[in-house]
Amino acid sequence: MTTRQGSAIVNAAGSVVAVLIALVIGAGVMLVSGLDPWDAYRSLAEGALGSRRGRAETLVYAAPLVLGGLAFAIAARAGMFNIGIEGQLVIGGFAAALVGATDWGLPTAIHLPLAVLTAAIAGGIWGFVPGTLKAVTGAHEVITTIMLNYLAFRLITYSIQKREDVLPVDPAVQGTERVLDTARLPVILDLTRLHAGVILAMVAAVAIWFVLFHTTFGYKVRTVGLSRGAAQFGGIRWGLTIAISMTLAGALAGLAGAGESLGLHGRHSATPPGLGFTAIAVGLVGRNHPIGVIFSGLLFGMLSAGAPSMQANAGVSKEIVLVLQGLVILAVAAFEAMNRLPFFRRVEPPPPSGGDGESETNAGAKLLSPNISPRLDRLS
Amino acid sequence: MSDFFTVALLTATLRMATPLVFAAMGGLLSERSGVINIALEGMMLTGAFFAVAGTHWTGSSWLGAIIGVGAASVAGCIHAFWCITLRGNQIVAGTAINLMAAGLTAFLIQIIWGRAGGTDSVSQLPDVFGGVNILIIAAIVLVPLVHFYLFRTKQGLHTMASGESPQAAESVGIDVTRNRYLAVVASGALAGCGGVFLSIGNLSYFTIDMTAGRGFIALAAVIFGGWTPFGAAAAALLFGSAQAVQIQAQATSGFPVSPDLLVALPYLLTLIAVTGLIRNAPAPAGLGKHANAH
Repeated sequence: MTTRQGSAIVNAAGSVVAVLIALVIGAGVMLVSGLDPWDAYRSLAEGALGSRRGRAETLVYAAPLVLGGLAFAIAARAGMFNIGIEGQLVIGGFAAALVGATDWGLPTAIHLPLAVLTAAIAGGIWGFVPGTLKAVTGAHEVITTIMLNYLAFRLITYSIQKREDVLPVDPAVQGTERVLDTARLPVILDLTRLHAGVILAMVAAVAIWFVLFHTTFGYKVRTVGLSRGAAQFGGIRWGLTIAISMTLAGALAGLAGAGESLGLHGRHSATPPGLGFTAIAVGLVGRNHPIGVIFSGLLFGMLSAGAPSMQANAGVSKEIVLVLQGLVILAVAAFEAMNRLPFFRRVEPPPPSGGDGESETNAGAKLLSPNISPRLDRLS
Repeated sequence: MSDFFTVALLTATLRMATPLVFAAMGGLLSERSGVINIALEGMMLTGAFFAVAGTHWTGSSWLGAIIGVGAASVAGCIHAFWCITLRGNQIVAGTAINLMAAGLTAFLIQIIWGRAGGTDSVSQLPDVFGGVNILIIAAIVLVPLVHFYLFRTKQGLHTMASGESPQAAESVGIDVTRNRYLAVVASGALAGCGGVFLSIGNLSYFTIDMTAGRGFIALAAVIFGGWTPFGAAAAALLFGSAQAVQIQAQATSGFPVSPDLLVALPYLLTLIAVTGLIRNAPAPAGLGKHANAH
């Protein structure tokens, strides 16, 4: 128990330091460009936290990032690198918007759950395909998910531009028609954009935490992620487990899309939001732990919510946030890497045999270990 | 239909395929040396932006092109450092570079031109041989050169050995680290050439996210082409022609296939190719592996 909590603290500290390093380098970039980083970060923090509206916006941005981060984390726990969150998210959001914008005369109690469920199923399919292809043919999930991202973009563009005859879409706005009130996720804080999607995200995080660490399935997922061979020797079906994990990941990303189209925007737009790539950073910084993902989702939500205020008040283009995200990812990767170099390596006691919870730090390290993830199918 | 397949379509195909060929040759070198490079997209974007910025600063599109390629090589150095020296996860590093390239280029447009979205027009790289851009010629010449380099020079064979079996390569005295660094930095430079063509070869300005996934299509071309220069170039040409036909079909009525679905073809074909349903060459065996595990 002590080792487990100790590792969690070390992991959290590593993530915090990674974020600080990214902020310092980001400040350097601003200085070189002749901008005032102190002013920029202050307006960013004020924009994100300084007002009731700002705090609500932070949660609005955090909701899809937490769900997307979970979609990365659960796949990573099973040893899969899910770079397809963006595609799973947009196909989920699009499907939800199609259901939400169609008038069947349904009451909210049926229409809204139906639209949310459709998003989970559509995203789930976009996760099921790479998971199953990996399990059956060994096709590398990084390649298949990248291709599925673009297939999702193209399919949505095509549907919006050419299938107005059968679908509730509007080529004039490059999106679907407006979601009906019976399928909207309600606003939960007056005079803000904060919608029920944030509750969905928090519930999902706790649920995934429970599944990962307190169910047989979660045990299987983590075992498969640590060692395919050991899992199979212990009677766990590797292929089935990764296929289910990826389907679950896709469903979570689909829910993130549902929050965007049914909650925030009230329609789905053809332009990919890029949330799926930020979600990778969220998962990495959260060390693929559902609770860690909540915190890192809130942090990245803050960056996104504060960026417009930074642009308006400090004159720093809001895209610097993308640079910060990239720097955070590099810093986390560098920490993981340093842990493996002999000089920096922490002395870790060998894990107790048959341990259930103790392996979680290893799962994070495992994902970042170069020997494992790129060609999982060749190792056993 | 007969006037559909015209010289115009052929040149459009060449124009669409050229950035893909450059980036695919870069991706090929990196993957053959054993380093997965999903950062091609970010490297292209970096090259495209700094070519315009460089032309803006120096007034010469040639110097601009060199600055663009140089900047993309720096992105290659970052990828190499994280993947080879730090032994970090190669997908993670690639994702980070893509994010940073997207953010930094948009940020710098604001700094240099004082507005969002796109840059001013700058001078283009010159056309030669009656309207064919010099970089199109360079891309055509590049493919047999990369083939010769990989399969006929000592350095190239060492690079491939580093990618097939880093431990075996190391044991016979091949400097795997050096070969991989060279390959990854070269992949940055080549992807950068693709970006340079997009911004100051084909056009004369930069807009945010102007690569629009071409780096990933190039990666798909490498895989679909079976990790060989001619195979990857043929795939790039096929994928480029899909884009060219799409553009032309939008202007032509009565085209049988929806052009929007046609541009999805590269992704679909690659998806099928990696499942092994079409018999395809295997990836370099040492892809993503290191010479000696600590």
